[in-house]
Amino acid sequence: MPKVTYIDQDGARREVEAQVGETVMEAAVRNQVPGIEADCGGACACATCHVYVHADWTKVTGNASEMEEDMLDFAYDVRENSRLSCQLRVSEELDGLVVTTPERQF
Amino acid sequence: MAETPVETDALIIGAGPIGLFAVFELGLVDIRAHVVDILDRPGGQCAELYPEKPIYDIPALPVVSGQELTDRLIEQSKPFAPQFHFGQIIETLTRCQDGRWLTVSDLGTRFLARVVVIAAGGGSFQPKRPPVPGIEAFEGRSVFYSIRRMDSFAGRRVLIVGGGDSALDWTLALQPVAEKVTLMHRREQFRGAPGTVARVMELAGQGKVDFRLGQVTGLHGHDGQLEAVAARGADGEFDIACDVLLPFLGLTMKLGPVIDWGLELEDGHIVVDVATFETSLPGIFAIGDINTYPGKLKLILSGFHEAALMAHHAHGIVFPGERLVFQYTTSSSSIHKKLGVA
Repeated sequence: MPKVTYIDQDGARREVEAQVGETVMEAAVRNQVPGIEADCGGACACATCHVYVHADWTKVTGNASEMEEDMLDFAYDVRENSRLSCQLRVSEELDGLVVTTPERQF
Repeated sequence: MAETPVETDALIIGAGPIGLFAVFELGLVDIRAHVVDILDRPGGQCAELYPEKPIYDIPALPVVSGQELTDRLIEQSKPFAPQFHFGQIIETLTRCQDGRWLTVSDLGTRFLARVVVIAAGGGSFQPKRPPVPGIEAFEGRSVFYSIRRMDSFAGRRVLIVGGGDSALDWTLALQPVAEKVTLMHRREQFRGAPGTVARVMELAGQGKVDFRLGQVTGLHGHDGQLEAVAARGADGEFDIACDVLLPFLGLTMKLGPVIDWGLELEDGHIVVDVATFETSLPGIFAIGDINTYPGKLKLILSGFHEAALMAHHAHGIVFPGERLVFQYTTSSSSIHKKLGVA
């Protein structure tokens, strides 16, 4: 199973086993990773599952869709590598993905 | 306020799908309702968060959008003529000597209700604050999340932050009034209506509106009066001199005043009896996402079920001593009369 690592603002790393087909948000919620709130439950409607994709992975994850960019307007401290983790679908290709959770989800 | 209170059998707090269905279920047992919501229209999260997004787990509707579900629920509630009070939030709840509940909204509207049904979902929608330390000190004085009087911005330097219709519309509206209007957004694309975007960009091209790319990082000023806003953009940090900051960064859900009403809570949810959906206070019910009980699932369909059971119990409070005969909408002639299909 692909592994995804979530790093929080204090630098603490949490590696979880994600299932192919679920989202990076769902893998976080299922494994009780703190720092991802996902208020809307994954509808790309709240911007509370914001993460920064590690530089090594931005090519693989690609760019945010227009809808996702619109929602990112509501996130805090949005950067070049900002994504909503509910829009990142886990695949074998993403095995080893590293994301950082922001200081806050608004 | 000396105004006469609105007297009603039931007051429903929240006009989301569950609040709307509660109108119907209460109506079937002859309980009429007034409905209060902080938004300016019905639908709650369905209308605010995902009007166009599909919902797949409403029984018998394989797929329905949040807006369509809202529209259908309003249609279904029509025979019972609910009276809506939008754009306000219930702040206080007090028990009267006769057992009724007096509630007061932030606009001063008072309701006297036999039963109160809290169907407030994830809480009330409130404007998102820019996450800047110390912003509270400026709120209401030089930081505003809504605009009541445009002329109060005459002669002032206004910074509007955001990329949706509110930010764009207020940029256009305040440009002729304010001394200077700056619009700041984190990127060059806007979520607003294309025509509005074009007009704002035209004003920016003419130098009548300043458009900056960036995000707020700090506030400068004292005693609640802003002098400048610190921001960060692609090309680094900068300050924007301004007297007023208007952030339009969307809405977030907050539990709100409900937590101070003395209801038994658990992890930010209202504890209810699963047979009646009554809270720890008599005559106060909680249904939908805002309640909790063993096995609770935050599903719209669960909220519908809760509304039906709540209504049957509320009947005993509104009509004490009257026996409620359980009836089906398919076959009951008295229900048909109520629905106007007889």
